[in-house]
Amino acid sequence: MTKPEPIIRLEDVHKYYGDYHALRGITAEIGQGEFFSLLGPSGCGKTTLLRAIAGFEDISSGAIMLGGKNMEGVAPNHRPTNMVFQSYAIFPHLNVEQNVAFGLRKSGLSAGDKTRAVGQALEMVGLGGYGGRAAHALSGGQRQRVALARALILKPKVLLLDEPLSALDKKMREVMQVELIKLQREVGITFILVTHDQEEALVMSDRIAVMFEGEIAQLDDPERLYRRPVSRRVGEFIGMMNFLDGTLQASGGLSVDVAGLGRADIDEGQIAGAARAGAVSVGLRPETLSILFEDDPKSARSAEGEVAEVVYYGDMTYYDLRLDGAARNVRVSMRNVVGRPVLEVGARARVSWDPRALTVFS
Amino acid sequence: MAMARSFDLGRILRREESKGLALIAPPFVYALLLLAAPLGAIVLFSFWTQDFMTINRTFTLDNYREAFSDPLYMELLSRSLRISLAVTAITVLLAFPVAYFVSFHVAPERKSLWLFLITIPFWTSYLIRVFLWRVILAYDGPVNGTLVGLGLIEEPLAWILYSANSVVITLAHAYAPFAILPIFVSLEKIDRSLHEAGRDLGESRVMVFLRVTLPLAMPGVLAAVLIVFIPTIGDYVTPRLVGGSDGTMIANMIQTQFMRLNNAPMGATLSVLAMSMVGIVSLVMIVLTMRWTRGGKSK
Repeated sequence: MTKPEPIIRLEDVHKYYGDYHALRGITAEIGQGEFFSLLGPSGCGKTTLLRAIAGFEDISSGAIMLGGKNMEGVAPNHRPTNMVFQSYAIFPHLNVEQNVAFGLRKSGLSAGDKTRAVGQALEMVGLGGYGGRAAHALSGGQRQRVALARALILKPKVLLLDEPLSALDKKMREVMQVELIKLQREVGITFILVTHDQEEALVMSDRIAVMFEGEIAQLDDPERLYRRPVSRRVGEFIGMMNFLDGTLQASGGLSVDVAGLGRADIDEGQIAGAARAGAVSVGLRPETLSILFEDDPKSARSAEGEVAEVVYYGDMTYYDLRLDGAARNVRVSMRNVVGRPVLEVGARARVSWDPRALTVFS
Repeated sequence: MAMARSFDLGRILRREESKGLALIAPPFVYALLLLAAPLGAIVLFSFWTQDFMTINRTFTLDNYREAFSDPLYMELLSRSLRISLAVTAITVLLAFPVAYFVSFHVAPERKSLWLFLITIPFWTSYLIRVFLWRVILAYDGPVNGTLVGLGLIEEPLAWILYSANSVVITLAHAYAPFAILPIFVSLEKIDRSLHEAGRDLGESRVMVFLRVTLPLAMPGVLAAVLIVFIPTIGDYVTPRLVGGSDGTMIANMIQTQFMRLNNAPMGATLSVLAMSMVGIVSLVMIVLTMRWTRGGKSK
């Protein structure tokens, strides 16, 4: 796969609010047609960065290049970006049709062409026939769709989405996630999504930038981000991760001694960031551990412990296990299979593990 | 059994109802006595005639005929309309930028201080403020003094006091806070992200103001227009004190009819005409504004 031409290039972007350093040297390239997410806890600067790209915030230093042009001093109305606001910002005095047509005033289209374009845009977001509806008569999901149609009708180079799904209930959110992905593939426009919901970012994005305190901690595709977080913090933020104490040995091939699990050979790719030989923290995802039942084939690598907590989810059960010789509990997620009992607190259990699933952190 | 229960329920409902009626009775009686009854009396009087010292209670349209045929009454009515429309236009046009500034450019924690400052003129009585304008606009007052001193005019301006102009200036000043506050409230209610959305969709600041801010502020502007227009048309203190003969308004004539000419029926007729005029003009303004900001409604 050849790397597509970047539509956005962020070059060492800094933003100060008085003394507060909100963006600390953001550098990234976002490709044409990419679904890119800015993920992080609140206050990490992700929304500031999005608003800086849209032109609502001036940056203190650095450059935002959009389609090869430096956006410094370019007002939001002259940037090839459009935004879907967190509140959707539907104009309450205009109906659906007028909202969607708002940006077409200077398009030079005839009235007939405008009506047709609005109709198509509404059709695209699944609101065909809603043109005459008053703004206040729309549900949350419908407002979201109007906001999307209103932005996409202008055929921006980049569509910016500021936590667009946070105001919707869980069911609606899942529906809209899938629809947004489909829509993005259909129109081929670069989407930049701001979210604090790691699941949403994993589901929707081609690439994700995880941000903490105004810096990008890791920029990767969802799978790498989940499998190989570069730091404990990223690992903890994306999904759930167990951390066990360990000792890393570099003499005679790489190996790690994990408290409660035992010794395993690893390769270099499993070492995150600055981990050196000596005391380390070893991370592993709950689904990479598996509780062994009597009829399971004997596993080469297994460890024993006691069930400390059971959380039953219907399709899954989460067990917190205290492995013999480990200081902390590990969480194990198991699919509930017919004929397998759910273990009880206090029961002894055997878990199998795979050295390839380990990530070593400093 | 069921019968008995529904009967009980009915009784409880009736009790609730009578409780409600008892609660609204005092203000209702108050409104009836002090608003509806005088209004009815005025309308009734307007169809009677003054017969020297006594009132002739035969129903007649004579007063209305006289009012419509006498050029003096018509002139006073149309002048009152002109003056109060001018006051309304000036007050609202000047109030809008003030309200806009406080709403959009004053830090949130300072807004209540600003509103407080805007209401300061109310600390002195209306009468005193009118007298002060008499001093300010006088032939040898500070306005003329400054203009002459700057060499902009050679003679002090005589027309700025005791004229329709001075009435407009004085009333516009008196009603400014009444116009600022409703406009401010409607501007405050506008979601700020709507402005960003307007900019994001390709419009300049000016166009966002015209296409988003102004239509959304229209309810407040309309409220300001009505709040200023309705009372100013009936104002009689200001024209009396600063109006001269040129700035006399219909309310002054109504007062003259009731008091000095001892012709209550004619005064009542003029009152009814003034009220109808206010009512009609206000309705027209409401309808026009509603038509202009109808966009959000379903077609």
